[in-house]
Amino acid sequence: MWFEQVLFFIAAAGALTGALGVVLLQNPFYSVLSLVGHLLGLAVLFLLLHAEFLAAAQVVVYAGAVMVLYLFVVAYIGGADEPLRPESGGVAVFGPLFALAVAVELCIAFISSGLQALDTRGADLGPGFGSPGGIGELLLTDFLVPFEAASFLLLMAAVGAVVLARRRRGLEEVGTGKFSTRDDPPTETLEVRV
Amino acid sequence: MNITWYLILSAFIFAIGAAGVMSRRNPLVVLLCLELMLNAGNLALVAFSRMHGGEAGQVFALIVMVIAACEVVIGLGIIVAMYRNRLPIDIDEMSELRG
Amino acid sequence: MSATSYGWLVLAFPLAGMLIVSLGWRVLPGRLPGWIGTAAIGLAFLASIGALLDLLDHPEEERQLVDSAWTYAATADFSADLAILVDPLSVFMCLVVSGVSFLIHLYSVAYMSGDRGYARYFAYLNLFVFSMLLLVLAANFVILIIGWAFVGAASYLLISYWYRRETAVRAGIKAFVINVIGDAALVVAAFLILDKAGSLDFLGVFQSAGDDFTENEGTLVAICLLLLVGAFAKSAQLPLHTWLPDAMEGPTPVSALIHAATMVTAGVYLIARTHPLFELAPTAADVGAIVGTATILFAASVALAATDLKRVIAYSTISQIGYMVLGVSIAAYGAGLFHLMTHAFFKALLFMGAGSVIGAMAGVQDMDRMGGLRRAMPFTFVTFTVGALALAGFPLTAGFFSKDEVIAFALHRGGWFAILAIAGYLAAFLTAFYAFRMVFRVFFGEPVPEARELEAGHVAHGEPMNPMTREPEDSDVGFPAPEHHVAEQSWPMKAAMGPLALLSIVGGIVAIPGVTDTLEHFLEPSFQDSRFHDTAPTTGSEVWGLVAGGVIAIAAIALAWLVYVRRPGTAARIRERVPRLHRFLVNKWYFDELYEAMFVRPVSTIGAFSRRVIETEFVQGTIVGGATGIVRVGTSFARAIQTGYLRMYALFLLLGVAALTLYFLIASS
Repeated sequence: MWFEQVLFFIAAAGALTGALGVVLLQNPFYSVLSLVGHLLGLAVLFLLLHAEFLAAAQVVVYAGAVMVLYLFVVAYIGGADEPLRPESGGVAVFGPLFALAVAVELCIAFISSGLQALDTRGADLGPGFGSPGGIGELLLTDFLVPFEAASFLLLMAAVGAVVLARRRRGLEEVGTGKFSTRDDPPTETLEVRV
Repeated sequence: MNITWYLILSAFIFAIGAAGVMSRRNPLVVLLCLELMLNAGNLALVAFSRMHGGEAGQVFALIVMVIAACEVVIGLGIIVAMYRNRLPIDIDEMSELRG
Repeated sequence: MSATSYGWLVLAFPLAGMLIVSLGWRVLPGRLPGWIGTAAIGLAFLASIGALLDLLDHPEEERQLVDSAWTYAATADFSADLAILVDPLSVFMCLVVSGVSFLIHLYSVAYMSGDRGYARYFAYLNLFVFSMLLLVLAANFVILIIGWAFVGAASYLLISYWYRRETAVRAGIKAFVINVIGDAALVVAAFLILDKAGSLDFLGVFQSAGDDFTENEGTLVAICLLLLVGAFAKSAQLPLHTWLPDAMEGPTPVSALIHAATMVTAGVYLIARTHPLFELAPTAADVGAIVGTATILFAASVALAATDLKRVIAYSTISQIGYMVLGVSIAAYGAGLFHLMTHAFFKALLFMGAGSVIGAMAGVQDMDRMGGLRRAMPFTFVTFTVGALALAGFPLTAGFFSKDEVIAFALHRGGWFAILAIAGYLAAFLTAFYAFRMVFRVFFGEPVPEARELEAGHVAHGEPMNPMTREPEDSDVGFPAPEHHVAEQSWPMKAAMGPLALLSIVGGIVAIPGVTDTLEHFLEPSFQDSRFHDTAPTTGSEVWGLVAGGVIAIAAIALAWLVYVRRPGTAARIRERVPRLHRFLVNKWYFDELYEAMFVRPVSTIGAFSRRVIETEFVQGTIVGGATGIVRVGTSFARAIQTGYLRMYALFLLLGVAALTLYFLIASS
C-alpha cells in the first residue's frame, strides 16, 4: 500500500539522517540528540513491521532511559568541539571506505539472494503478532534461559557500574581537594579540551 | 514493502555506525556509533521475524536491546572513571596495550 | 651353588654395598658406612673362595665356565651378552682383588674417619671394586670394556676425592684423560676383532684365533698393539705413565688399592687374558716386553731421586708392573701373575705404612722432613720394613720368588731376551736400593719433633695444607679431615697391615721352584693353549736365578745402609757431583714438560682460539644472533599491528568481516 511505502521512506530517511548526524556532528551533545532521532525513526520502522511491543520498548527504554543516561554523562564530562582531523591517520580514511564496502557486499547478498521470501511482503501474520502478550509468552516458555541470562547480565552491569564509578581513597578527584572547579580540567596531556 | 528494503537500510545504518567508530576520537561518540550498529542489527532481526512470521526475531531483538543497555552502562562508567582520574578523553591516548 | 653363581655373587655384593652406602648416607651414623663397605667386600671375598672351591671340583678340562645373565644384542651372526667367565685366571684375580680390597677397606675405616665425605668415600671404593671384579670376570670384550671404563671413572672420582684441592682435581683429570686414550685404543681393538673374528666372546675368539689370523698378520699386530696401548694407559707404563705419580693426590688407601694392587694390574690381566692373540703376533709381544723393561728401568731411576714418600712408592709401582708386563709378554704367565699377587700384598702394605707415617707427620709427605720414627712407631716400622724387604726381593720373601721367576724365564727364552733379563737384574738392584733408602730415611736417624711427640703418646697436629704446594687449606668437606691416624693407635689399621705383612713373607709358598707349583698348576687350564706351555725353565736355572737375585738384593740393601745410615751425607755429596743427572731424575726425565709442550699447549691454544673466534664470534654472533635477528625482524612486522589504537583494531575487525562476506558471496554465487 502506498501509505506504507511513504511512511517507510520517511522513517528510513529519518533514521539515516540521524545516523549520519551521530557520526558527523562534532558536539557530542548534538550527536546524542541525533541518535534519539534515529531511534524514533527506527521505532516507526518497527511499527511498520508489526513489532509493536518492540517499538514501544525502543522508545521508552532505549530513547527514553539509555539516551537520557547518555545525556547525563555528556553533561558531566562536558561536550567539546572536536574538529574532524583529517590527519588522524589512515584509519579515518580507510574506515568509512571499508564500511561502505561491507554495506555494498551485504546489499549484493540481499538482492541477489535466492531467498524467495525476501521478495515478498512477509508471511501471513496471526492476530497478536508482536503484541506484549505474544512476546511475553515466548519469553517465559521458549526463551526462558535467554531471559534469565539477560537479567543476570543486567545485574552484572549494575554492579560493574557501581564498581567503576565509586570513589577510591587516595585518588584525587576532580572537584575535590586541590582543584577548585571543573572548568579547568588538566591540560598536561590533552590537546583537545573535552 | 518487501523485506529487502529493510535489510538494505539496515546494512547502510551498520556501515555508517562502523565508519563512525573508526573515525571519531571521542569515546562517547564511539559508543553512540556502536549503538547505531546494534540498532541496525535489531532492524534486520525484526525484518526477518516479519518475514518468517515468528516472533523469535523480536525476542532476540529485545535481548539485544538489553545487552546494548548494559554495554552502555559499563562504557559510560569507564568514561566517567577516565574523566575522574584526569585522563584525556580520547581513545587514541588509551594505547597502553601497544606491543 | 655353582661356580658361576658364586661369580654373580662376587659382583653383587660390592654393588649392593655401594648402593646402600650411597643412598643411605644421611641416615648411616659414624663409621657405619665404612663397616658396610668392608662387609660387602668381605662377602665378595668369601664368594670368590666359594667359586674357587667349586671350580676345583670340576675336572681340569672343564674349568672354563661361562654364564650369561642377559643378551644385549642378538643378530644373525653376532650376539653380545652380559656374561661372566669363571676360570682359573679370573678366580685368581677375584681372590687377589677382593682379598686385598677387603683389607684396604678395613684400613680405611680407621684412616678416613673424621673426614666429612666418609660415606662418599666408601661408596666410591665399593664402586671401584665392583668395576674391577666386573672387568676380571668378563666373558667378552663388551663387558671388559664396560668394567674398564668404570674402573677409570672410579679412579677419577677417588683421585679427586678431596675435590676442593686444586692439585687433586687436576691430577684426576690427567688420569682420566690418559685412561681415555687407552679406552679408545681398546674399543678400536675390539672393533677390529669383531671384524675379523666375527665375535667378541673370549672363548670363541681365542679358540678360533688360529683360524682367523695368520701369524704376525698386519691386522693382528695392530689389534695387539692397540690392546697394549690400552694396557699401558691403565697400568701406567711408558709413555702413558705420567698420571700415576700425580694420582698420589688421592687418599693413601686409594693409592694402595687402585694404584698399587688392583687397577693398574688390569693391563697385565688384559695381556694375560688375550694371550692367544699375542702369541700369534710375536711382534706385538716383543713390543710389550721392551716397553715393560724400559719402564722398569725408567721408574727405578726416578724413584732414586724422588723425595715425596708416596711418589717413591708410586714409581716403584710403575717399575714392578713393568716386571709383570714383561712376564706376560714373554709368555711367563704364571710368573707374571704370581708377581702380580705378591706385589699386591707388599705394595698395599707399603702404602698403608706410608699412610701411617704421614699421619704421624701431620700430613707432611716430604721425606726430607722425616727421620727416626722407628721408636715412635714400632708396628709401622716392622710392617713397612717387611714390605720393603719383599719389594727388594730379599731371600725367602714373597717378592723374592716372584720377581726372579720372571727374570729367569726371560733368560730361558734366550736370544735378545737375555738383555731384558740383565736389565731386570739391574733394576732389581736399584729397586732394593731405593726401597731401603725409604726405610732408612724415614725410620732411622735423629727423631724429628713429630716423632718425639708420638713417643710421648699423642699424634702431632699441624696446620692443614696441601702437601705438595704448601697452600693453606681448611678441614671442611672436600679437604682432608683434621685428625690424623696412626696404625699404633687404631686397631683396624693394624688388623689390615698385619695379614699383609704375613702374606708378604709366606706368600711365596705357592710357587717355590722345584718344590711347589700350586699356582702354575692352578692357572694351567687358562693357559694350556699357549704354545710356550711346555717351555718352562728348568728347576736348576731357576734356582740359580733366585740366588743371583738374592745376592743383588742383599748387596743393594747393604749399600743403602752405607749411604744413609753409616755415613749420612753421602747422598748429598753424590748429589753435588752430578747435579744435572739429579735434576733430570727429579724432574722425572722431563716427561711432563714434554707432554705439556707436545699436547697440552697446542690443544689449549686451539681451545682458546675456538672459544674466542668460533664460539664467540661465529656461533654466538652469526648463527645465534642471526637467527634471533631474523626472527626479530619478522616479528617486528607482526608487532606493527599491535599499535594499541582501538580504532585500528576496529578497522581490522571490519576488514575481516568484509573479506569474509566477500568470500561467502563469491563462494555461493
